[in-house]
Amino acid sequence: MTRISSTNVVAIALGLAFLYAPIAILVIYSFNASRLVTVWGGWSMRWYAALLDDRAMIDAALASLGVAAASAALATVLGTMAALALTRFRFRGRLPFAAMIYAPLVMPEVITGLSLLLLFVAVDLDRGFLTVILAHTTLTMCFVAIIVQSRLAGFDRSLEEAAMDLGCPPGRTFLVVTLPLIMPAVTAGFLLAFSLSLDDLVVASFTTGPGATTLPIRIYSEVRLGVKPEINAVCTIFIAVVATAVVAASLIEKSRRERRPAPPA
Amino acid sequence: MVGKSVRRSDSTPSLGARLVVAAPYLWLVGFFLAPFLIVLKISLSETAIAQPPYTPVLDLAAGWQGIRDFLAGLSLSNYITISGDDLYVFSYLKSLKIAALSTAALLLCGVPLAYGMARAPRPVRPLLVMLVVLPFWTSFLIRVYAWVNILQRDGLLNKTLLWLGLIDQPATWLATDTAIYIGIIYSYLPFMVLPLYASFEKLDHTLLEAAADLGCPRWKTFFVVTLPLALPGVGAGALLCFIPIVGEFVIPDLLGGSDTTMIGQTLWTEFFANKDWPVASAVAVVLLVLLMAPIAVYQHLQTRGIDGERR
Repeated sequence: MTRISSTNVVAIALGLAFLYAPIAILVIYSFNASRLVTVWGGWSMRWYAALLDDRAMIDAALASLGVAAASAALATVLGTMAALALTRFRFRGRLPFAAMIYAPLVMPEVITGLSLLLLFVAVDLDRGFLTVILAHTTLTMCFVAIIVQSRLAGFDRSLEEAAMDLGCPPGRTFLVVTLPLIMPAVTAGFLLAFSLSLDDLVVASFTTGPGATTLPIRIYSEVRLGVKPEINAVCTIFIAVVATAVVAASLIEKSRRERRPAPPA
Repeated sequence: MVGKSVRRSDSTPSLGARLVVAAPYLWLVGFFLAPFLIVLKISLSETAIAQPPYTPVLDLAAGWQGIRDFLAGLSLSNYITISGDDLYVFSYLKSLKIAALSTAALLLCGVPLAYGMARAPRPVRPLLVMLVVLPFWTSFLIRVYAWVNILQRDGLLNKTLLWLGLIDQPATWLATDTAIYIGIIYSYLPFMVLPLYASFEKLDHTLLEAAADLGCPRWKTFFVVTLPLALPGVGAGALLCFIPIVGEFVIPDLLGGSDTTMIGQTLWTEFFANKDWPVASAVAVVLLVLLMAPIAVYQHLQTRGIDGERR
């Protein structure tokens, strides 16, 4: 099966065109000189220049980056622990635990957001960036757990066993043997957690408080009023940053894999 | 709750091993499970002009009397409100209908794409997977917003259709159900394609060759061999889309009209505009009950996956 049939090529081409055309249009229109978003007035960087004066937008972007970094770091630690718990340990309540890992992935965001908010009110925690970080950690640690768990499941245990047979304590074995081997999955988990947090509107809207505005909340409040060229520019920067990070991460991963002998299939 | 964590190779769990299990476990119990109980409790409360804006409030300091007063104050009135008001009932039905139809449409778009990817030459497959995943990494909000650009009255879709001569005056796309479907299919396509791709790719090709050798036409092989074997992937993909779509907020809010209110928007309005926390909680509880069965099936498909991989 080395030749690919023409129907399959058409299916792939149409699918990818559908996925990329709207993003491409958004990016192109962010360079539109005209204030009327539907009329093409030539190429221009004016909306990017206008962004530099938009203090509220810059503050929201910085706040979002901070929230994303903090919650992704916490989620990566907790998610990796959860993945280890699922694949390496037998304990009572393992099935409910697995259920709690998988449920947040499909749970409608309005439910998660509302329930976390009511928790924060019940324990009298002031709403602000801290509560958003806690909420995002809860949401994204499950994605990290699933990515890392799939790596751990297809993992050669004999290396860990060899280290322990040679007298390496379990904690150290994890740090010097296991962690380096699962690092690509941990990194991917961190990046996913980061981008999910950066992107979240619904959960953040519920759990945030006065004065704590993240970038999606800011963008949403502008977008509700209609299309604006400045927003196209913000979105383009956002897409460029994320796309660069993802492509870079996958290139690093690829070069690491090529330096190592291929693992047995 | 957290039992003894036992390493499979030796039976005395170390402190580190206990911590590895306990930390994420307790986190999820505290931040994922406990909040649902609070939602349930508040859905049985009544709205009050107070801080917090509901009553009764459990006053543990008052001892037994406090707990008794609290229990006596609970009522089903919010559920009666919801079931008696057409607004809520229509909202639930509309959301289920939109989710069901768009999941079917996602399968129709996702199956050919995923199948094509799985049959592509092996070296190109990782690139194709990355191309499908990449839009998923860029902001959901931005991707929905991109469609506002395209679907508005003097947007590119109408311009293209006018130019092609398919319509003679601009049609209304934005603020219609069609726009909601387009937005949902666009946003959820990667969620559908990836599980499908994973199961098509794992498929044993000798089975397809056997079918071909026995004279089975290719389209028939696809329906009698490929699709049944890929059924777990189809199920996972369908549920991974259906469940969150029912509670979707951003897509219907930005692309839909004011007459189409999905349940996620109803909950949002109750909470943010009407400040009616108890009714918003009751809406959430009913939504969760409706989704219980699909979530259970999804959980079953996923956890079977973990134990299957463990070997």
